[in-house]
Amino acid sequence: MSPLTQSAHQVLSILKKDLLIEWRARTRVLSLLCFTAIILLLFSFAVGPDTATLRRHCGGYLWLSLLFCSTAMLSRSLRIEEESGAMDSLLLAPISPIWIFLGKATANAIELFIIGLMTLPICFALCDVAIADSAWRLLVIIALGSAGLAAPGTLFATITERIQGQVLLMPLLLFPLVVPMLLAAVKSTSLILTGDLMDEGGDWLTLLVFFNAMYWPLCGVLFERVVEV
Amino acid sequence: MKWFHISAVMGVSLLCIGHGLGLFVAPPEAMMGDVGRILYVHVPTAWVALVVYLISFGAAVGSLWFGRLTWDATVRASVEVGVVLTALLVFQGSVWARPTWGVWWAWDPRLTTTAIMMITYVAILIMRNAIQDSPRRLVITAVATIVAFVDVPIVYFSVKWWKSLHQDHSSPDTVSDPMILPLRLAAIGMLLLALGLIGARRKTELDRLNQEVDPASLPEPIEALSVPGESE
Repeated sequence: MSPLTQSAHQVLSILKKDLLIEWRARTRVLSLLCFTAIILLLFSFAVGPDTATLRRHCGGYLWLSLLFCSTAMLSRSLRIEEESGAMDSLLLAPISPIWIFLGKATANAIELFIIGLMTLPICFALCDVAIADSAWRLLVIIALGSAGLAAPGTLFATITERIQGQVLLMPLLLFPLVVPMLLAAVKSTSLILTGDLMDEGGDWLTLLVFFNAMYWPLCGVLFERVVEV
Repeated sequence: MKWFHISAVMGVSLLCIGHGLGLFVAPPEAMMGDVGRILYVHVPTAWVALVVYLISFGAAVGSLWFGRLTWDATVRASVEVGVVLTALLVFQGSVWARPTWGVWWAWDPRLTTTAIMMITYVAILIMRNAIQDSPRRLVITAVATIVAFVDVPIVYFSVKWWKSLHQDHSSPDTVSDPMILPLRLAAIGMLLLALGLIGARRKTELDRLNQEVDPASLPEPIEALSVPGESE
């Protein structure tokens, strides 16, 4: 087996393990979905019943609810590892921490993507919007946005899980860092929902790809150092 | 007298000369009049804040690479000075925005990304204070500082990437000749003052860390992790 195939196999094993844990505790995904729906409802209450306003800001509500959901989800996924001492066992295994990061972050990205997809109909119903542009593009944006949140989120969740009693630090560190990514995701989603008259969608999509290309390798390399201490 | 005392004294002197020239010798700005003289304070603060964050990034890489307290103390000192400079920058920008834009704050990409950058680095300092274990604190502070540096180019290029109320980067090419000297003196003065403050803060932090930490407990330098026999 070549080293690359072996590494891919290790990443897939971690990914499979994390997804299996989530599948066996499906009620947690349901609770996250309910949490996201409550945030969307709260936005609707805070802004008021003006449908035009809700429709205009629908992209923002969707991504903010996913962002809040991601902090709860990411912290929990790392807490499971730390509580049972599974992370120490993983580190003892002959696997590079970079592949552990890739497996865990990909599992988190997939879970966030699924929650994003399940949130869409709720968001559309509450804000009374329909997809004005292509639906597949919206799927690409949700996939890229989820991946963009998952990479730095997994790194910071690992950091904050290693600092006892500092749960507030996770959003404090993560939120400012993902603002550019969030902005790109909100803009691209809004353009799809309200129509892209100036053909700006491509630029925002490129920015999403750029942030993913920057965060994934950087966080992977730094994860190695974080789990060593 | 230490190097950082000299640097700070020279910095303050150059700042006084630069600001004096900017206030009393340089001509008023063509569009904004005397209000535009805040340029000699605001622009050097912005430049030096970004340079200081670049220093913190370099020190964080060094901290991870060598695992030494001197680098860790430099990270803390430079992040603290960077936060102070960014807070000043936001305050000065707000004071300048009121007479020129008519508001204290606008949701402009440059202003927003700068505020975000400041909050990110404040979060790093809060996180650092929450970690008791020194080797862990060294690594985690360095990692967070490296990731936070992603915001710095975003702040710098925000006026180019997005439609911004904020003017483009000010440089000797974008101001008239009589404004160049005070701007340069103020920028060099601010840089020397910042370096002096980093040096002084680094020393106090290093003294504190040396009392607190057993050097044997620090993470191994990266070069020590190479394959045995390879370096021989």
